[in-house]
Amino acid sequence: MNIEILGITVLWIFLFGYILIGAIDFGAGFFNAYSLFTGRQRILTNVIQRYLSPVWEVTNVFLVFFFVGIIGFFPKTAFYYGTTLLVPVSFAIILLAIRGSYYAFETYGARGHKGYSFAYGSTGLLLPASLSIVLTISEGGFIELVNGQPVLDYWKLFTSPLTWSIVVLSIAATLYISSAFLTWYANKAGDHEATQLLRKYALIWALPTIIAAGGIIFELRKHNPLHYESIQTFWPMFLISLLLFLGTVFLIWKQRQYGVAFGLLMGQFIFAFFGYGASHYPYLLYPYLTIYDSFTNQAMAIALIIAFICGLFLLIPSLYLLLRMFLFNKEYVKGKENHHA
Amino acid sequence: MDPVFYSRILTELTLSFHIIYATIGVGVPLMIMLAQWVGIKKNDEHYILLARRWARGFVITVAVGVVTGTAIGLQLSLLWPNFMELAGNVIALPLFMETFAFFFEAIFLGIYLYTWDRFENQKKHFLLLIPVALGASFSAVFITIVNAFMNAPQGFNLVNGELINVNPLVAMFNPAMPTKVAHVVGTAYMTSAFLLAAIAAFRLLRGSDHVYHKKALYLTLKVGFIFSVSAALIGDLSGKYLAEYQPEKLAAAEWHFETEENAPLILYGVLDDGEVKYAIKIPYALSILAHGVPSAEVVGLDQFPEEDTPPLYIHYLFDIMVTIGMLLMMLSAVYWIGMWRRWSFVQSRLFRWLIVIGGPLVFISLEAGWWLAEVGRQPWILRNIMRTSEGATTSGQVPTMLVLFALLYLVLGIGSVVVLRRMFIRNPVEQEIIDRQQEKGGDIQ
Repeated sequence: MNIEILGITVLWIFLFGYILIGAIDFGAGFFNAYSLFTGRQRILTNVIQRYLSPVWEVTNVFLVFFFVGIIGFFPKTAFYYGTTLLVPVSFAIILLAIRGSYYAFETYGARGHKGYSFAYGSTGLLLPASLSIVLTISEGGFIELVNGQPVLDYWKLFTSPLTWSIVVLSIAATLYISSAFLTWYANKAGDHEATQLLRKYALIWALPTIIAAGGIIFELRKHNPLHYESIQTFWPMFLISLLLFLGTVFLIWKQRQYGVAFGLLMGQFIFAFFGYGASHYPYLLYPYLTIYDSFTNQAMAIALIIAFICGLFLLIPSLYLLLRMFLFNKEYVKGKENHHA
Repeated sequence: MDPVFYSRILTELTLSFHIIYATIGVGVPLMIMLAQWVGIKKNDEHYILLARRWARGFVITVAVGVVTGTAIGLQLSLLWPNFMELAGNVIALPLFMETFAFFFEAIFLGIYLYTWDRFENQKKHFLLLIPVALGASFSAVFITIVNAFMNAPQGFNLVNGELINVNPLVAMFNPAMPTKVAHVVGTAYMTSAFLLAAIAAFRLLRGSDHVYHKKALYLTLKVGFIFSVSAALIGDLSGKYLAEYQPEKLAAAEWHFETEENAPLILYGVLDDGEVKYAIKIPYALSILAHGVPSAEVVGLDQFPEEDTPPLYIHYLFDIMVTIGMLLMMLSAVYWIGMWRRWSFVQSRLFRWLIVIGGPLVFISLEAGWWLAEVGRQPWILRNIMRTSEGATTSGQVPTMLVLFALLYLVLGIGSVVVLRRMFIRNPVEQEIIDRQQEKGGDIQ
């Protein structure tokens, strides 16, 4: 493994981390708002709030880590993506800002405030959609070089079926991941009513997720044949992903082993996400940018990797502590204790 | 529509808004730590409650700080892609380290907030706050290092547009770094102290005569005094750094036009057709500020071509920053001596109003300081390497984004103030003390 691949692998892992816990987070915010407006608040709010409260800031750091890391390891991305993504990423920032701050406003300052809950619930759902545009653009065909400056073709972007398949996938997957996780969490908390409702949501969102995912591969065949071919060489990964998906749905359907079900779901997304990532290699942006021609100098690469390893020594025990105190703490999950400031 | 101009305005807007919350985010954890520590040491429930209530308010400001920090982090690449491409090659290390500091802070803040009274031993809970405060302060350190690099870039060679001999550590430990980092972190503590002092004084003025607020005032103004003195001392060292490495910035800020020995320091005044009017001139002071010797020669603006010097209005920013800093230092000194000598004057309504005014003033000083730092570096984004105009995006959509972000900051600014007010008005400290008394069986007054 060369240093370029090492760099992109680290970043891809963190992006996966963001997508996973971000999906749980955004979906939870949406279900919370939805339950407030449909009178099911009593059933869901408690469970959702207990999970979300101590971790929201951590979620955001995964994203920051990814974009700071990509500029560090692949500085040329700043030029290509920075110039072209001004509008889509600005929208994402605005959604993210509303989502993050209004979540805190509602949780710490105005519990149960409908307007605030709606603000962060709805922006949380739009956020994956707006961020997923970056993945669409990376497939190429939407950026052209005009006088040496990259320019994004909005018309082409928003009329492409690929764009919309990815948008649908991002939203469906967010709700699917989130409801599957919360089913497990609610079950752990011994909250039968919430478990049943969330289980229903998980089953509802499973189908659109898998259809949209299949649709994207189909769209790619037309849009980016090079990538489509590359995807085919990784077919075992996508097959495993599909089998894991079926396993998750089966367990949730049969109301068995919600923890295992969520484990399989994580496996499903890991295989799909890394299969997709590997087939994207070596391009960061078709056809202009590969991980090789955009890579930073050796001195910086080594410094970043050393910093990363030192950082992990700090991070892993801290994350373990966080999970142990909240996610894996029975008393906390069941809501027997309230130690909020 | 000129993308360079609008990129500058948008960056300035984002930074000016973010810096308010970021500064609170760096400084307040220290204040919470001090209060909780004093509370545990003295076994005084009031200080513990002080820490707890500050922590609650802190979460709201952290949330806005985090999301606006994410905004500026991304905007750097969106608005200054050419700069970030170059900077990414040389100064990415501290940016990357900052995310770890931020990570560390975020994790422990989550734990700290949700473990009040969970431990038998209160010191354990206190220990959780240390990584929060460290993470916050180190975030500031790393980000300020990047800013220092923009002022004094080093650690690489540019040969025919190619970057060679990159050394990330040399880039980090650039000459601007020590004074800048110390000044930013120190003034963050100072700003937070005066903000919290203003709140305590305001509660006292608004009829709550509870000893809780008096304790808060005493603690915060003590810290405020210490860090305003440190800000002044580091400010003096910053002057010496500037004289050595960025003489044009110092000369523009001080309206020092001709290179000369025995240079006087110009305070206040206005510029009329290139002539300084109504200013106070302190003999030898600029030579002392720049080199520590009254007779030293200070380089003036005459040594630089005009297109390489910053705009002269930064002198006003310098005046604002220094004047407010000095006033607050005196205010807290008088309070401190007054409490010690038992002057009734420092407990009077007038004096408390002065402390209240100190709250907004310290933020004006903070903003002026940052504008001075950033505008004073112009026309460079990376001094002597890249001009600001060369770093900017070519996208034509910046003006629209400027409008959207202005609206966003308006919503966030109003939202955070409304929520904070609501939080503390609905749960006044007197009520909370009574509640806790009942919980614990009452050994608190």
